[in-house]
Amino acid sequence: MARLKLFIPFALFIIIGGFFYIMMDRINEGEYHPQALPSALVNKSFPAFKLPKLEQLEDTVTAADMLGDIALVNVWATWCPSCHEEHQYLNQLAQQGVRIFGINYKDDVFKAQGWLKQRGNPYLFNVVDKQGKLGLDMGVTGAPETYVIDHRGFVRLRFQGPLNERVWQDKFVPLLEQLRSEKQQEGTS
Amino acid sequence: MRALLFVLCWWLLPAHAVIETYQFADPSLRERYNQFVEELRCPKCQNQNLSGSNSEISADLRRELHRLLHEGKSDTEIVDYMVARYGEFVLYKPPLNKQTFLLWIAPGVLLIIGIAVVLVITVKQRQKKAELKQDNLSPEEQKALKQLLKESADD
Amino acid sequence: MIPELGHFSLILAFCLSIILAIVPMVGALRGNHDWMRLARSLAAGQFIFVLASFLLLAYSFLHDDFSVMVVANHSNSLLPDAYKFSAIWGGHEGSLLLWVLILAFWTVMVAVYSRELPLDMVAQVLSVMGMVSVGLLSFLLLTSSPFERILPFAPLEGADLNPLLQDPGMVIHPPMLYFGYVGFSVTFAFAIAALSSGRLDAAWARWSRPWANVAWVFLTLGIALGSWWAYYELGWGGWWFWDPVENASFMPWLAGTALIHSLAVTEKRGVFKSWTVLLAIFAFSLSLLGTFLVRSGVLTSVHSFAADPSRGLFILAFLVVVIGGSLLLYALRAPTVASKSSFTILSREMLLLINNVVLLVAMLTILFGTLFPLIMDGLELGKYSVGPPYFNAVFVPLMAILIVFMGVGPSTHWKQTRASYLRAQLLMAAVGSVIVGLVFPFVYGDGFSLPVALSVCFAAWLVFSCLANIREKTRNAKSLVAGLRRLNRSYYGMVVGHIGMALAVLGVCLTSQYSEEVDLRMAAGESTELAGYRYQFEGTRQVKGPNYNGTEGIIRVFQDDKQIAELLPQKRRYHAKRGQVMTEASIDASLWRDLYVAMGEELATDAWAIRIHYKPFVRWMWLGAIFMAIGGVLGALDKRYRVKQKASRSQVIEGAVS
Repeated sequence: MARLKLFIPFALFIIIGGFFYIMMDRINEGEYHPQALPSALVNKSFPAFKLPKLEQLEDTVTAADMLGDIALVNVWATWCPSCHEEHQYLNQLAQQGVRIFGINYKDDVFKAQGWLKQRGNPYLFNVVDKQGKLGLDMGVTGAPETYVIDHRGFVRLRFQGPLNERVWQDKFVPLLEQLRSEKQQEGTS
Repeated sequence: MRALLFVLCWWLLPAHAVIETYQFADPSLRERYNQFVEELRCPKCQNQNLSGSNSEISADLRRELHRLLHEGKSDTEIVDYMVARYGEFVLYKPPLNKQTFLLWIAPGVLLIIGIAVVLVITVKQRQKKAELKQDNLSPEEQKALKQLLKESADD
Repeated sequence: MIPELGHFSLILAFCLSIILAIVPMVGALRGNHDWMRLARSLAAGQFIFVLASFLLLAYSFLHDDFSVMVVANHSNSLLPDAYKFSAIWGGHEGSLLLWVLILAFWTVMVAVYSRELPLDMVAQVLSVMGMVSVGLLSFLLLTSSPFERILPFAPLEGADLNPLLQDPGMVIHPPMLYFGYVGFSVTFAFAIAALSSGRLDAAWARWSRPWANVAWVFLTLGIALGSWWAYYELGWGGWWFWDPVENASFMPWLAGTALIHSLAVTEKRGVFKSWTVLLAIFAFSLSLLGTFLVRSGVLTSVHSFAADPSRGLFILAFLVVVIGGSLLLYALRAPTVASKSSFTILSREMLLLINNVVLLVAMLTILFGTLFPLIMDGLELGKYSVGPPYFNAVFVPLMAILIVFMGVGPSTHWKQTRASYLRAQLLMAAVGSVIVGLVFPFVYGDGFSLPVALSVCFAAWLVFSCLANIREKTRNAKSLVAGLRRLNRSYYGMVVGHIGMALAVLGVCLTSQYSEEVDLRMAAGESTELAGYRYQFEGTRQVKGPNYNGTEGIIRVFQDDKQIAELLPQKRRYHAKRGQVMTEASIDASLWRDLYVAMGEELATDAWAIRIHYKPFVRWMWLGAIFMAIGGVLGALDKRYRVKQKASRSQVIEGAVS
């Protein structure tokens, strides 16, 4: 019996080591990102706001204007290099019929408008969040970030980083399918 | 103006405190502010608190903190505000809930185990002493032993 | 050409380390003297080739060879030479080469300073160190070679060393730490050799002790340097953040402290052999664990090197072999037969046992707190952060417990002490500490403060109990001086070390309680007051450095209308590609307080955001660490490790205690 307690450090180490192995493996597979911060808003409604519309500054938009159907909410700005990268892909998605709203985050309004004119506007509309107040309420940590809201206006996913084909297929497509089937079920019940 | 507060966009920045000249209506607010900026984590950085981070998001959160304090919000309300937006991740002092329960009692549990180990060894030593008393040493050996013990006890 | 030579030299060192890992160990197990004797020359050879490799890499850095990837990533032609050299360990690959160099150095030191050890012991110890070398060198050569080249299109200029690292403190901090981490590989090797040969006795403890002490000294200084650097460089007046990487250095220190004390017991009394061996394994294992945490990318930290998943797995495999293997060996071979000697509750053995236990509890607490966020994330139970509020809350009470027993320990005798004796010795010290603790906050501060009173009381307890002990030991001498001269270095090591702890405790607590700070806007000509000092901002001027341009603020400090200091904080913009802007604080340091000034942004022409800190007793923290280091050195230099014991005496003693 006394001999067995000598194995305790070894056993503890094997547990810790095994745990590290599993985590390293997950990192390698891309399933786990130590730096990623899951959104605190998941399964909560999109925060309320009342801010100008980028495309038409005299108009204001609210959260209600975004509701009704499954959509992406993309946080972007002209000062963010990665946003340049993903913009092309967003245009593609918009052409495929994906509904995308934009939050122009802490940006120069005229630069942003010019940018969209130059590179195309995949967004149904853009919200001007000059102070970053909406971003704060959303828990935005930087740009670009993309949120998925379901048809009832609940946030279901937050992705930090630029969108591309791989990320879209891995993370977004399965979720969007699930959300569509949820919407259908609700529609029929 | 914003030149020195680098915008982040997925860069990693060195740790460098930001010096902001916030005015406080009274000293107790300043104290609470100082405590909060040390206990709240920058949501973006590589493990820095709001006090030590010069990222854009930290500056925004510090501004919010200042506003909330002056609106008369209590400590709990401020914590809830931050957690509602960024999750428990931003608290350097983990809240006490079902999941973190283990974390908070761990030191106590380990200490109790430690005390138990010491007690077990004490008991074993008492047993051993009883056994040793039965060892036979000649009077000369006993005297030599006493002498040696006395010398080594002084080291 | 040079980098290739460096690479080749490293490969040669690797070959030698393989032979070192196998041949002398087999020789020891089979009694083959020639094979065992090979160990020393192999150690020397390994060191020479690793050193050559390191120097060749240094050559590439100093000559701006940007075709070498690490030079391109971490250096720059405008960088001052000293920083070009220290840029070697500014990145993962180079720092690992430094690790290996230091390991080779310690190996050769063991080879040289082991004349009185039996040959088979030397052979086994060097072999085990060789095994560690094999692991690290293969890791270097296979996944992280510092000699990787960017050819054929070498960049014209390097990316520059992070300006935060362009600093003297940051230059010596890693090497110091590595000397400490790697130093514990020596005691680890001794432990493994003892377990595998079955020779676990007091003599083994005597051989290990100086090595443990020296390793511990380096680690203490390394940690103190890191803390001091963070304080003056990072600008928020903090000096410890319980960051995962900091914890990764602190845990081996705690285990190492337990180890040096446990070795004392094993050497003197032949007990605790099992504990001591286990602690020796723990200390080095925690060093390796630290290496894993910093380089694998599992934990988020400002200190981590750029993560690469394949590297992480390699280190993990290495860890499993070394730590898992050694703990398994321990479980199988640790003596299950208890020694015949016994001790009572009020004995030094018991006090040191309590010391071991408290230090281990502290170490495990920190380990759990550090890994908790990862565990929670892994089990998908949420994303949590565990930071200073938690660690301070749990660590301080444990230290308080430790200090209480630290005061009692030195006054106890081995085997047993009469309670009345202890009471006579320590009562005055205890009463004195309580009085000093209660009085201090009134005398120094504005009134009673429980944290201050407690910390002063505990620190005073350490000092007074030491003084009581010295008085007891010099009681019978002709004079105080004669009595003091009679005490050996090892004893002074203990005294100085424990006083160092008292100083550190005072520094930490008093600075936390009595610091003051203010952030404000100051225009040229304006002045402000903080903690009895008047700070007058005179404006700014432009300055030029070797690789940066800057703005320097001029702040005159007055006390009672007399100027006592001129502080020159700077904001520097570095030329190199990164173009980073750095804030350099200016500190007027003294033993009793630091006056600390840093500049923020320019808010309007000649009006700046200025931060002023008043930090009393902050230097005591690092002074305490220096004392602890001196204590460790004294302990290692004790004459008994240098002079061969007279055979008859040691035999009688060993016969009596075993």
